[in-house]
Amino acid sequence: MDEKIGVFICTGYGIAEALDIDALEKVVTGELSVPFCKTVDSCEGAALDAINEDIASEGLTKVVIAGISPRLYKDGVFPENVIVEKVGLREQVVWCLPPDDEDTQMMAEDYLRIYVTKVQKMQPVEPFLPEEEIDKTILVVGGGIAGITAALESAKAGYEVRLVEKTYKLGGWLAKQHKSIPTKPPYRDLEDTGIDTLVEEVHAHPKIHVYTSARTSEIVGAPGLFDVTLVSTGNGEPEGEVRGQFRVGSIIQATGWKPKEISDSLPYGKLDNVIRNVELEEMVKEAGKITRPSDGKEVKSIAFIQCGGSRDKEHHSYCSSICCLTSLKQALYLRENDEDSKAYIFYEFMRTPGKYEDFYRRAQEDHGIFLTRGEVSGITSNGNGQLSLTASNTMVGEQIQVDVDLVVLASGMVPNAADGEAIRLLEDAKVNAVEGDSETKRQEAAETVERLKHHEGTGILNLNYRQGPDLPSLEYGFPDSHFICFPYESRRTGIYPTGATRQPMDGKATKEDATGAALKAIQCVEMTSRGEAVHPRAGDQSYPDFNLQRCTKCKRCTEECPFGVLNEDEQGTPLYQATRCRRCGVCMGACPERIVSFKDYSVDIVGQMIKAVDVPDEFEEKPRILVLACENDAFPALDLVGQHRLQINAFIRVIPLRCLGSINTVWVTDAMSTGFDGVILLGCKYGDDYQCHFIKGSELASVREKNVREKLEQMAMDIERVELHEIQISDYHKLPKIFEDFAELIEEIGMNPFKGM
Amino acid sequence: MTVEAKPILVIGGGISGMTAAVEAAEVGYPVILVEKEAFLGGRVMRTSRYFPKMCPPTCGFEINARRIRQNPKITVHTLATVEEILGSAGDFKALIKVRPRYVTGNPPLDGAVAEQLTSERPDDLNFGVGTVKALYYPHEMAVPALHVLDKEALSDADAATLTDTCPPGSIDLDMAEEEFIVDVGAVIVATGWRPYDATKLDTLGFGSYENVITNVMMERLNSTSGPTGGQILRPSDGKPATNVAFVQCAGSRDENHLPYCSAVCCTASLKQARYLREKNEDSRATVFYIDIRTIGRLEKFYYNMLEDENVAFFKGKVAEISEDPDTKDLTLAVEDTIAGEKPNLTFDMVILATGIVPNTADVKIPFDLTYDEYGFIDGSTEVAGVYAAGCATHPCDVSRSTKEATAAALKAIQCLNGGGDSNG
Repeated sequence: MDEKIGVFICTGYGIAEALDIDALEKVVTGELSVPFCKTVDSCEGAALDAINEDIASEGLTKVVIAGISPRLYKDGVFPENVIVEKVGLREQVVWCLPPDDEDTQMMAEDYLRIYVTKVQKMQPVEPFLPEEEIDKTILVVGGGIAGITAALESAKAGYEVRLVEKTYKLGGWLAKQHKSIPTKPPYRDLEDTGIDTLVEEVHAHPKIHVYTSARTSEIVGAPGLFDVTLVSTGNGEPEGEVRGQFRVGSIIQATGWKPKEISDSLPYGKLDNVIRNVELEEMVKEAGKITRPSDGKEVKSIAFIQCGGSRDKEHHSYCSSICCLTSLKQALYLRENDEDSKAYIFYEFMRTPGKYEDFYRRAQEDHGIFLTRGEVSGITSNGNGQLSLTASNTMVGEQIQVDVDLVVLASGMVPNAADGEAIRLLEDAKVNAVEGDSETKRQEAAETVERLKHHEGTGILNLNYRQGPDLPSLEYGFPDSHFICFPYESRRTGIYPTGATRQPMDGKATKEDATGAALKAIQCVEMTSRGEAVHPRAGDQSYPDFNLQRCTKCKRCTEECPFGVLNEDEQGTPLYQATRCRRCGVCMGACPERIVSFKDYSVDIVGQMIKAVDVPDEFEEKPRILVLACENDAFPALDLVGQHRLQINAFIRVIPLRCLGSINTVWVTDAMSTGFDGVILLGCKYGDDYQCHFIKGSELASVREKNVREKLEQMAMDIERVELHEIQISDYHKLPKIFEDFAELIEEIGMNPFKGM
Repeated sequence: MTVEAKPILVIGGGISGMTAAVEAAEVGYPVILVEKEAFLGGRVMRTSRYFPKMCPPTCGFEINARRIRQNPKITVHTLATVEEILGSAGDFKALIKVRPRYVTGNPPLDGAVAEQLTSERPDDLNFGVGTVKALYYPHEMAVPALHVLDKEALSDADAATLTDTCPPGSIDLDMAEEEFIVDVGAVIVATGWRPYDATKLDTLGFGSYENVITNVMMERLNSTSGPTGGQILRPSDGKPATNVAFVQCAGSRDENHLPYCSAVCCTASLKQARYLREKNEDSRATVFYIDIRTIGRLEKFYYNMLEDENVAFFKGKVAEISEDPDTKDLTLAVEDTIAGEKPNLTFDMVILATGIVPNTADVKIPFDLTYDEYGFIDGSTEVAGVYAAGCATHPCDVSRSTKEATAAALKAIQCLNGGGDSNG
């Protein structure tokens, strides 16, 4: 079908009162030679039907609607094969600039130039569908309660599951527990763990294939197309022997936790009758009673020491979440067996959130449970097997001492997880320590090897990814999500950590977490099979094309992609794996050769949009400031500026980007050569509490800002002509001043000397 | 999934309900999302920032709003409630009632007309602090992006003004309540929570002493869209609050009020102490607590607060608050359980960390569900086809709510697949 562009200019919402609509039409039909331009009095509801009629009768293939914010349109209202771009004249021009004003008019005209140019350059998007069929099997790694739940819940939704457990049987830590903390009203009574029934259910389920004594030795590929190799962990069969090779669609990592090492200040391993909570649990489960390790005598009194390994600022500054509840539970093991027994619990803060408070209250009501806020300052052996424990800083203010048969340390949880990025760095450094270009580089690499050598052989998933064989870690080694609103988002598409491997959590929370992870794993294979991106550009069917003939193998794209999408061949050529891709465009911004393009978003498209602006010559004293704004936060913030009728500088021209990380430095040179006087970059917050939904996008933009400034220096321009601001939606009220200050700065340093050249 | 499944009904459009809706719809299932307020987002839209990142809820909301807008499988009804549910798993009929908005959206309305009105109503967004016009935009990020008219509050003169000035058809004062029945396969209950009524804490002076406010009001004080434009000011004289007490467990962990722990208030108060420290120079925050419950990785947030010399922690239960009638300053009688003393301490503002009460404590879901004694849905009792998430089941933070909502979406999908617990 021949390409035909149409523009609809909305005259409602006060737009016609503020702008010269005839002049806008003239720009469209005259200067831009668009064959079809029409005014409409609304761009909502029934007005859209009328626009659709025109699209059909005129045979339009590409449409620009200038009216309300693009954020207010629903998808699916325009014909699928027609490209429709919306310009928010109302929010970003009319509502925040004086009506009937030359500069306001110029801004509106520029936006029509920008968006008509955009649709001219855009091509229809076709979804990525690989030749091979997308596999919808779910791989679950880890057979504890998280893995069991994820497997069962996926299977119940109708999906094939492969469940891999490294030990000889399913059940994990829960199988070693005697009882569970209460989950049912009145939240006071210990409950059966229920693990045996669940394990039976897994084994009986026709859709679940269980592999025990096995681990993943390699996972090659991408969502929908992961090829997994399993090997034996050595229980029965020779270790490393291949146990199976199969394809899966997505992966749930449910590899659980291990007890935290006890700090040296506590006599664990030095005194016989000092044990950890995990050992007490196994003792009760196996023997049905609590005895002293030293002499097998039945225990009549226990002192529980909370945070024995957690919440220690020196070692470990997180709380393990469940140890308070576990100690209360274990105190009841003792008390329920023996009316005369005594349990002492020494804690700083008793952490029984939500309805677990009822369970805490039950323990408080028990006359044999002594809850004491204080610090344990000494544990000594009495010689007769008993231990004498002193505590200070108690609520009564004085030091107290108790004699007990057993001391139980509430040890914390650490994740069974590997830091994929650290392993990758280690592997690279091992090579560079030998093959490095210079003695200094070899020396540096050797130091890196020394620093990271404890990561050697820690791999769990063993992914064949350029950026490392496992998920990247957050602080404390948890491969968790950083997002409050989107807790399942990991940095590897289609791989979802769940349960205690990603944060300390109790059994009930683990089951919920694993059920949610199963949904995400299923969602990933379904969206991938439709050729759609997953969160945050959920449903996007565009994907980048790499023109590899011009690739210089600089590896920037493979290193900068926040999601590890790209592998490399032996020569360093990037190998794009479409179903791993989140479509942020960071690779496009990274590429110095500009070989990465989406059909609807590319270095060329944005460059042409910048160049479409009609820049007045320097004698008109109307500077032009280009604003490149993150679509998710800064761009909606600009809508709010208008909505609140805040006034902005009339010289700015805003172009939204998928992520500020997709910024290519050439756009800044494009802007300067077009005659713009400065560029403002608006991205999300970066650093420890980053808000960028593509994780590293805004941070990369800040790095590129420095490159841009260098480039400006090379052009003999003032580096102040580029400025980066971190903006969140709620910061909208700061934008007018940011623009105003920048405009003043431009006035001080003067107009772009290349203007008009 | 070859034939179009019956929709999933999601009751409640807060963070849990929105999450459940988008997660299920993106797998490929149709969803009907029912929200009783005029806009989506619920409680988080009244929250200034999230702990521990101090990021605005509007950031994640924007993504969720876009996911809803772009997904034709989601149908949203605002100002709507579910009045009746009949049937069983896989085959429910739900009666939905939609209250009139009186604003049609077509043709669109110029919101500037509201400025001409004299009729006002309490500002719900700010917990009744201040007023808005009878025709109002319910939230700056409102989805749907429509005004609401409170017809009860509208004077005859203002009604005439609207009729004269608004485009014909944009306002329909005769709009009637609407009722319709939907066929759905599964139901997700995400009806959320409300803050505990602080006037019931009769020794703490809320409602009598102007400078005693609640934690949810503090969120509004820190919001640019709030009653003070984002400044933390004393209600009595509008001066910046500089010496502020945070009273933890105001109602929670108290058998006379809410016997359970509300789970989020400790970290929420620490976050609010940061608002104060960031906004008001030389301000001091004192936190009165029983236990500081910053669980898991949130512990770091607490440790970071310990670094701030102007933040003090005081283990002890606040027994009573009294007001100096001249200065409107507040004196707290505290049982200091560490030193065993009962000191009196004076502050210029007090924030009560009021707890979470499930909305189902007041209004039950019109279906046979089991509740615990606090009014939370008892998640341990399985009801085929009906799944609850978030604060409808227990007090929890945003992250936990979204995880449970995602889990509930899967349970609903299992039900639609004819599976439920019978091996899909």
